[in-house]
Amino acid sequence: MIDRAKSPLIKDAIEFNLHLKPYEKFVLDNGVEVYSIHAGAQEVLQLELVFFAGNTYEKQNGLAAATNYMLRNGTSTKTAFQINEHFEYYGAYCNRTSNNETASVSLHTLSKHVNELLPLMREMITDSVFPEEELEIYKQNSKQKLSVNLQKCDFVANRLIDAYLFGEQHPYGKYLVAADYDALTTDMMKAHFQQYYKNGNIVIFVAGNLPLDLFAQLNSQFGDLPITTSHQLPKKDIIIPASQKKYRVINDPNGVQGAIRIARPFPGRHHPDFMNIMVLNAVLGGFFGSRLMSNIREDKGYTYGIHSYVQNHFQDSAWMISTEAGKDVSEATMEEIYKEMKLLTEEPIDEEELLLVRNYLIGSILGDLDGPFQIIGRWKNIILNNLDHQYFYDSITTIKTIPAEELMGLSKKYLQPSDWYELLVI
Amino acid sequence: MIQYEKFTLENGLRVLVHTDESTPMAVVNVIYDVGARDENPEKTGFAHLFEHLMFGGSINIPEYDEPLQMAGGENNAFTTNDLTNYYCQLPAENIETAFWLESDRMLSLAFDSKSLDVQRKVVCEEFKEHYINKPYGDAWHKMRELAYTVHPYRWMTIGKELRHVEEATLQDVKDFFYKHYTPINAILVVAGNITVEQVKELSQKWFGPIPSGTKYNRQLPVEPRQTAPKMMEVKASVPLDALYKCWHIYPRLDKRYYVTDLITEILSGGGSSRLFQALVKEKQLFSNIDCSHYGSTDAGLLSITGKLVKGVKMKDAEAAVMEEIVRLQQEGISEQELQKVKNKTESMMAFEDMSVMNRATNLAMYELLGDADLINKELEMYQAVTREELLNESRAIFDESNCNTLYYYSDN
Repeated sequence: MIDRAKSPLIKDAIEFNLHLKPYEKFVLDNGVEVYSIHAGAQEVLQLELVFFAGNTYEKQNGLAAATNYMLRNGTSTKTAFQINEHFEYYGAYCNRTSNNETASVSLHTLSKHVNELLPLMREMITDSVFPEEELEIYKQNSKQKLSVNLQKCDFVANRLIDAYLFGEQHPYGKYLVAADYDALTTDMMKAHFQQYYKNGNIVIFVAGNLPLDLFAQLNSQFGDLPITTSHQLPKKDIIIPASQKKYRVINDPNGVQGAIRIARPFPGRHHPDFMNIMVLNAVLGGFFGSRLMSNIREDKGYTYGIHSYVQNHFQDSAWMISTEAGKDVSEATMEEIYKEMKLLTEEPIDEEELLLVRNYLIGSILGDLDGPFQIIGRWKNIILNNLDHQYFYDSITTIKTIPAEELMGLSKKYLQPSDWYELLVI
Repeated sequence: MIQYEKFTLENGLRVLVHTDESTPMAVVNVIYDVGARDENPEKTGFAHLFEHLMFGGSINIPEYDEPLQMAGGENNAFTTNDLTNYYCQLPAENIETAFWLESDRMLSLAFDSKSLDVQRKVVCEEFKEHYINKPYGDAWHKMRELAYTVHPYRWMTIGKELRHVEEATLQDVKDFFYKHYTPINAILVVAGNITVEQVKELSQKWFGPIPSGTKYNRQLPVEPRQTAPKMMEVKASVPLDALYKCWHIYPRLDKRYYVTDLITEILSGGGSSRLFQALVKEKQLFSNIDCSHYGSTDAGLLSITGKLVKGVKMKDAEAAVMEEIVRLQQEGISEQELQKVKNKTESMMAFEDMSVMNRATNLAMYELLGDADLINKELEMYQAVTREELLNESRAIFDESNCNTLYYYSDN
């Protein structure tokens, strides 16, 4: 008979040597950098053109996102329909994403079709024409979507907490209202396109099963354009945080849940505390076994889920605790959150718990490095933040070795309730 | 081509092994042949609530998550109307931990009343978060009740109402466990950096001694053919009017399933799809429109749903949808359009197969359907679909008497 009460022997994940597969770097004729990972059994690839064209650079609220969205909505020779049909005929997906600093155009395709698709991507980033009627449809549908989202307590809470932390003028804190959509014009979009795409600053990432001639193809499609790569981040915008720290908002009088956001400003990725906080955050609310989850979900049943995380910004950041809890237990949930924060400042994390968190984090990074798209994702974050491979290996060392006393010191420094904003939206 | 080996333990547990030496990880996936369709109509939402309880400690192990996290693993689970699936991923060296944990909770749960108390609350919050506190959150509850008269797809996996979840008892939990959570009603898939020999030895060691249990033979009421259109109107505090239309389609193993799946792609599979182009872009009647189906095991529903542009009348929006359907029924599609949706399907499958976790879960799902080999045959089935079949099915499915319509009006 086996003894089922006894766990099998394990190799502690902290004993594993994690290896981040190095990228290959190519430089196109115009200086554009291409970072690539060639790996994977499936005959697929992912290509991402990352422009520095996000909302940090926009001259009107919502302009960066709208311009990015409309890159698929018409060139001088093709309608939106024709562009979509071309990608879809080859079973490919062309997506656009607009963030704070960057705005991307990406392609997911079977590797065998990539050469049929690159010329169209070139066309989109050099010859988009922003038709009036496409903009009108975009405005109308975006406003409709916004009106639905504004009924959701979580959506409203996410907007407000960022505005408190950074100020409504800051790229990380501003949000859109219907009038912002109304104010958009195709002329503004053309100007944004001209400056930040056509003559823009770009980095290219590609991963998967890469055809042998891919770099020649990329060079012939993008190497003659007036775009280039520069690793200069834009100058920092001024943060004007709200002076009031506590908020209660009634968004839906019939709401049965409250969206809770408790957050504080936090220095960015380059700050010496950043890696250490990743470990402390995991203990607090960074995974299913975290203290917030164990207490507020698994012991009290106040919520379906509670999480904490550090926002992934290039510059200043914020540390956030986020949950949706029953309306009648929302206040009790917040009390428990503060209790857990306080406990971390008063008692060192015991070794067993800390080992579990270390093992969990290492195991999850190991799983996360599985596959070319995940690997290039890690590199993208490192490269765009002007870091290098050492950052990855240092963060592994931190996870494996940071002592409990140091985490308690960090708790005392960062988990003081008076530094945290508190918001409940029902 | 996804390679795998299959064997069955003496207690009836089916085991599939898929080796992939390129990953440092291993995945252990256990599927149980029970879903929301197997629930008592007075105790709906139970299969899903039960899934939560599977993490509340087993007979010999007080905590499921902790030892797994200690071994560098993570896990999750999901319940559908058809099945319940549990999966975990961990460094391949530590795979025995997953065998230990999974086999103990198949052997028996701890049946802890505190865990039941807490998870009832957690699931009620999940219910509120997704179906009560969200605009249009109740639309699918209403649509299922409209479209099905006897089949248990009448209710959603989360359950008909909060009360059913609130009233679940520990006796219900025990009965459910002994009826469904047994080796004979389960499939184990192990994938990643492991060998077949290793899996044979470990599964014999940990799962071999578990009593087989009784095979659950499902006898669900068959939904009679719908003979007249059905319709329903609601008014709710939402900003926009929305249209929901559903038609009955075929079981997952019916050959016509593939034809139906391609029809949804043609109608709304992307920026060049028919409904999007005609109704969102050209006529601007909808701000979004979607055509899809759940891929359910028994005969499911094909749906078209969309939010109307403010000021557009429901009747006009609906007529425009039907105009596109009629065009499909009369003119069919071109060879090029058919090739497009086949190409999309091919690439979707290739992307899905990238993750070892997806491969493991898919193998388990296909084996549950009756044949794990389907994982390697499906692409062919899609490739074989003809224009003529598509034309015939668009006529059969979109028959007026087969249709269910929900007008979801804004109250302002």
